[in-house]
Amino acid sequence: MMTQIVFYVFATVLVLSAGMVVSARNPVHSVLFLILAFFNAAGLFLVAGAEFLAMILVIVYVGAVAVLFLFVVMMLDVRFAQMREGLQRYAPFGAAVGLVLLAELALAFSHWQVAEDIGSVPHVVAAPGRTNTAALGDVLYTHYVFLFEACGLVLLVAMIGAIVLTLRERPMGRRQNIDRQHERTAADTLAMMTVPLGQGVAANGGFRRPEHSYYIASVPGSYGVTEEPVPQGRPVDETRRGGHGTENHGGLAQ
Amino acid sequence: MTGGLGSIGIGPYLTVSAILLVLGVFGIFLNRKNVIIILMSIELILLSANLNFVAFSSALGDLSGQVFTLFVLTIAAAESAIGLAIVTVYFRNRGSIEVEDITMMKG
Repeated sequence: MMTQIVFYVFATVLVLSAGMVVSARNPVHSVLFLILAFFNAAGLFLVAGAEFLAMILVIVYVGAVAVLFLFVVMMLDVRFAQMREGLQRYAPFGAAVGLVLLAELALAFSHWQVAEDIGSVPHVVAAPGRTNTAALGDVLYTHYVFLFEACGLVLLVAMIGAIVLTLRERPMGRRQNIDRQHERTAADTLAMMTVPLGQGVAANGGFRRPEHSYYIASVPGSYGVTEEPVPQGRPVDETRRGGHGTENHGGLAQ
Repeated sequence: MTGGLGSIGIGPYLTVSAILLVLGVFGIFLNRKNVIIILMSIELILLSANLNFVAFSSALGDLSGQVFTLFVLTIAAAESAIGLAIVTVYFRNRGSIEVEDITMMKG
């Protein structure tokens, strides 16, 4: 009796929140109702005895997928109100399709007949005394190990695909070029000067930096660097130096 | 037939799953402009498939259904990741995610 009450509570909330997912005015509310729906589906899984899957549902769906949806909904600056203009036009059509689908499913279920010898069909049974998680592991890593690895491959492809799709070159980033940085010698970066007594740094032209050492260490296209790299040892043309060349005018390259 | 499901039986599970499927399909038609809600509706449809798998797995005492639920979960996660990446890139390029605007590949 208790099980039935729990089942119907979970089922009712699941169906109601699923209805709110598709009909909520604000997409953020949709995502939050989706999270509620996943929680209740996990409850239904628990009632059915699939503890591991219930926990996976909470962790993977609520913890990762729903939060991903939430990120995207909040990140994209979309006027969602404008998107709901055609709602009245599509609602009757969608309701008709849904009702036809529901009627057909009800028709199929009402004539459902289970074969008498369903118990004799060979199937994978949990060993007695094993918990659900352990039994699932027994099956997954023996009978379905190749499918399991294929799943890992699918996830890898999805990860690489998502990264490739969303990656973009940012021209304003300062990136490091290891090769050029290793090519630098002390003579490129350091100059010995004789400073007369009684004079500070300001009297000698301020703090300086060797002309092209910065260009050697940075990647073309990054901030303050012209497109093609400046060859080592050649003085830097004043016009190609970006925005920071005024205070070390007449620098140390010559 | 009601092996692991106890006093509930398979019928209510299948009913809930069918309603969830219909709601997902209805959501696709209802929110034809908003790609994100369509992706969420697809998640609902996959969830209803998962519910069917788990219900039958429990009723028949067969663990294969739960293994397949695991695979469906994997595919659903990959699908939503790729889908949301496409939505993000499309929004960055076009400033809109309306389905009706996505006609660049039309001949």
